Amino acid sequence: MNRGGTQFWIGAILFLVATFAMTQIIGNQYPFFACYVILQFIVLAVAWNILGGYAGYVNFGTSAFFGVGVYTAVFLFKAAGAPLAVQIAAAAVVGALMGFALGLLTLRMQGIFFSIATIALTIVIETSITNWRYVGGAAGIQMQQPVAMEPFNSYVQMLFFIQALLVVLAVATSRYIQNSWIGRGLQALKDDELAAECTGVPTLRLKLLACVISGALMCAAGAPAAMYLQYADPSSAFNLNYSVSVLAMSLIGGTAHWAGPVIGAILLGTTQQLLTVTISSEVNVLVLGVMLVLFVVGAPEGIIGLIGKARRNRNEGEG
Amino acid sequence: MMSPETEAPLLRISTLTKRFGGFTALDTVSVDIRPGERFGLIGPNGSGKTTLINCISGAFRTEAGTVIFRDEDITRLPPHIRTRRGIARSFQIPRPFKSMTVAENLMVALDFAVVTDEVVSSAQRRDTMMSILTRMGLASKAYVSTAKLSQVELRKMELARAMATHPKLLISDEAMAGLSSSEVDEVLDLLMSLAGQDITIIMIEHIMQAVMRFSDRVMCLEAGKIIAIGKPAEVMANQRVQEAYLGT
Amino acid sequence: MFSFDLLLDAVVSGVLLGCFYAAVSLGLSLSFGLLDVPNVAHPAFLVMASYGVFFLNESYGVDPLLAGLLITPLLFVFGLVAYRLYYQTFEKRGSDAGVRGIAFFFGIAFIIEVLLILQFGVDQRSVTASYIGKAWRIGDMRIPFRLLVAFAVAAALTILLTLYLSRTFMGRAIRAVAQDQEALRLMGADPIRIKQWAFGISTAVLGIAGALLIIVAPVNPTLDRSYIGRTFCVVVMAGLGSMSGTLVAAIILGVAEAIVLTMFGASWAPAISFAMLLGVLAVRPQGLFGRRS
Ligand SMILES: Nc1ncnc2c1ncn2[C@@H]1O[C@H](COP(=O)(O)OP(=O)(O)O)[C@@H](O)[C@H]1O
Ligand SMILES: [Mg+2]
Repeated sequence: MNRGGTQFWIGAILFLVATFAMTQIIGNQYPFFACYVILQFIVLAVAWNILGGYAGYVNFGTSAFFGVGVYTAVFLFKAAGAPLAVQIAAAAVVGALMGFALGLLTLRMQGIFFSIATIALTIVIETSITNWRYVGGAAGIQMQQPVAMEPFNSYVQMLFFIQALLVVLAVATSRYIQNSWIGRGLQALKDDELAAECTGVPTLRLKLLACVISGALMCAAGAPAAMYLQYADPSSAFNLNYSVSVLAMSLIGGTAHWAGPVIGAILLGTTQQLLTVTISSEVNVLVLGVMLVLFVVGAPEGIIGLIGKARRNRNEGEG
Repeated sequence: MMSPETEAPLLRISTLTKRFGGFTALDTVSVDIRPGERFGLIGPNGSGKTTLINCISGAFRTEAGTVIFRDEDITRLPPHIRTRRGIARSFQIPRPFKSMTVAENLMVALDFAVVTDEVVSSAQRRDTMMSILTRMGLASKAYVSTAKLSQVELRKMELARAMATHPKLLISDEAMAGLSSSEVDEVLDLLMSLAGQDITIIMIEHIMQAVMRFSDRVMCLEAGKIIAIGKPAEVMANQRVQEAYLGT
Repeated sequence: MFSFDLLLDAVVSGVLLGCFYAAVSLGLSLSFGLLDVPNVAHPAFLVMASYGVFFLNESYGVDPLLAGLLITPLLFVFGLVAYRLYYQTFEKRGSDAGVRGIAFFFGIAFIIEVLLILQFGVDQRSVTASYIGKAWRIGDMRIPFRLLVAFAVAAALTILLTLYLSRTFMGRAIRAVAQDQEALRLMGADPIRIKQWAFGISTAVLGIAGALLIIVAPVNPTLDRSYIGRTFCVVVMAGLGSMSGTLVAAIILGVAEAIVLTMFGASWAPAISFAMLLGVLAVRPQGLFGRRS
C-alpha cells in the first residue's frame, strides 16, 4: 500500500474509533439524532457521485433509491421481523438491481433526458408504494424499535454507528474507483462516450457497474431510516428534497474527487441541521436553493476545485 | 511484398448499406483492404466517407452487409471490442478526453484496449506511452491538458491515442484538414512512418497531393457508392471522379 | 364499475384538461424544446404567475384572466433577465451546461417555492370570478365552466403561438435559431438576442397559463412539483419544439389521466405523466411528432 493509502485507512479507523467512543461516552441522545442524518447524507452523496460525478450521469432519483431502501426494511421487518443487518443487506441487493435497470436506461438516453427519466422513475415508484396497503399506503406506518444490541445503550446509538460503518464502506469504495482503471474509464466516457468506446473502454459495462454500486449504497443508506424515525411514509421517504440536497452536496464539495461529496455533505448537512432546529424547515430549503445556485454559478468545480486553484496560484507565486 | 491476390484481406467489407431514415448514406459498398496497404479514401463532402469509418469502427449499426476483420465477422461487435481486435481511428473533429492530460488520454488506451495476459507494470506502460508521444513529437506536451492544445497537436494526440491501442488497422479521418502546409507534411510523414511498421492505414483526405503521395490504392465514394478504385493516378484520371470530386 | 358513460365522461373532461395542459406546457416547448434550455423551474414560474394572479384578484378584484394579461409584460422581462443570466453562466462557458443548468434551475425552483411559502403560507389559494363554480349540463354529463374557459383560452393561445412562430419575422428567426445558429450569425442576426427573446416569450405565456392554473383548481407553493412531470411529458412526447404536437400530446396526457382517475382512483394520478414520459423516452425519444437534436 502506498503512503496515501495508509493515511486513508488510519483516518478511517480513527473515525470509527471516535464514533464508537461517542456512543459509549455521551449519554444525551440528541447528538446522535443530528449526526446520524449527516452521516446518512455523506453515504448518499458519495454514492451519488460515483455515477453523477465520475460518469457524468446526473441522477435525480436519489430519493427513489433512498425510499426503496426504507421500504425494503419496512417490508422485511413487518413480514419477518428481520434484524437490521438483514434489512440493510437486502436493501443493498434491491438497490443493486434497481441500479442495473437504471444502467440499462443509459443505453437509450443521455444528458438531461437521463436526469428527467430518473425524476420520473422516482414518482412512479413513490406512487406504487403509496398504493401498497401492506406497508401502510399514503398514511405511512409506525415502527417499534427493538432493544439495542450490546454494547450500545440505545437503538439510535447503534444506528449511528452502523451508518458510520456505511460511510467508511462508501468512501473506501468511491476512493478505490477513482484511483483505479474503473475511474479512468468512467472519466473517459464522461468526457466523450464514443471516443471512449473507440479507445477500448467497455462503456456499457462500466456504466452498469457504477449504477449498481451507487444504487446499492444509496438503498443501504436508506434502510435504517425507518427504524431511526420509528415511522415511514411515502411522501417523506421519496421526497425530491433528498435528490436535490444530495446533488447540491456533491456539486458544492466538487465531483471530481471522492472527498468532494464528503465535504459538501458535512457542510450542507450541518447547516441544514442547525437551521431546521433554530429557524424552520422552509428556510432550510431556501438555503439549499441559494447554495446550489451560488456554487453552480460561482464555483463550478466546487470546494475541491477552489482549493486546487488556490494551491496552483500559490505554487505559481513561489516558482 | 508478395502478390496481393494470394493474400487474405485484412478487412473485407461486403455489400455494406447504411441508412438514416429514408436517406441511404452507404449503398452496397464492397471493398477488401490488404495487410500492410496504404489506402486512400476520397470523395466529395457528404459522400459517406465518415459514415463508412463509423460502420467499420462500430459507431453505427448497419442495415445490411458484413464487416470481416482478420477472418472474423465483426459486424455486430461493439466498438470497444473492435478496438481490442486491432481497429483504431481518429475523428474528423478531434474528440479528446478534455478533462485529461495528453498522457492520461493515452493511458486510457493502454488500460483498456491492450489486452495481454502478462502483468504490465505501470513503469512499463509509462515507457510505452512516452515512446509513442516521442514518435509523434508530443513528448513535451505529455502533462499538458488537452484543452490547451493547438489544432495540429490535437490531431497528433488523436493519432497517438489510436496508436496506443496497438492497432493493426489505423483509420485517419481528415487528420490534415485545416492545417498549414508544413503541418500537413509533418502529419503525412508521421502516417508514412507508421505504415512502415506493419500497420495498415486507411486515410481519408481532401488534400490531393497528400493522397497521391501516400496511397498504394485509392477509392472514391460519391453519394454512398464506389465510383472508382485503383492506382492513385488511374483514379485521379477517371472521368467520373473528376466530375464528382473536382467539380469540373 | 366500467361503463361507456363513464368512459365518455373521462374522455371529454380529459380533452378539456389536456388543452389546459397544453397551455401550461407551451412555454416549455419553446425554452426546452426549441432552445435546449433545461428549464425545470418552468412549473415554478407557472405557480409564481398564479400567485401574481391571486394577488391581483384578491386585493383589487381583478378578473383572473385580465390579471394574467396584466402580469404578462413583467413575466416577459423576467424571462429576458433569466436567460441573460443563464447564458452568461452556462452557454457562454460551453460544455456541461446541461448538468449544471438543470441543477441551477432546480435551485431557482426551490427558492421560488420558499419565497411563495414565506409570502403566502402553505395553504391552498383560489380566485373568484363569475364563471368559476358554474357548470354546463348535457344529459348526465356535467362540464364545469372553469374547464371550458381553460379549454377555450388554451386553444386560442396555442393557435396564436403557432401563428407567431410561422408567420412573423421574429417567430421564423426563433425556429431558425433552433435549427442552425451559425447560419443565422452569417446572415447578420444575433442568435443570442433571438434566443433571449424566445425565452422571454416562453415565460410571458405563463401569465395566462398561471391564470388558468388557479382558475382550474386552487394552488399551493409546491404545486410545481407535480407539473414537472406533466409539462416535460407533454414536451418530450410532442417531439421537441412542435407547438401543434404539444397540443396533441397534452390531450393524450389529459385523457390518460382522466381515464386512470375514473378506473383506478386519484392515488395513481401522479404517476401517469411520469410513466408516459418514461415510456416515450425509452421507446421513442424523438417524440411522436417531431425532431430531436
Ligand atoms: N448521424 C447521422 N444522422 C443522419 N444523417 C447523417 C449522419 N451522419 C451522416 N449523415 C449523412 O450521411 C451523409 C454522409 O455523411 P459523411 O459520411 O459524414 O460524409 P463525408 O465524411 O464523406 O463528408 C451526409 O449526407 C450526412 O448528412
Ligand atoms: Mg467526413
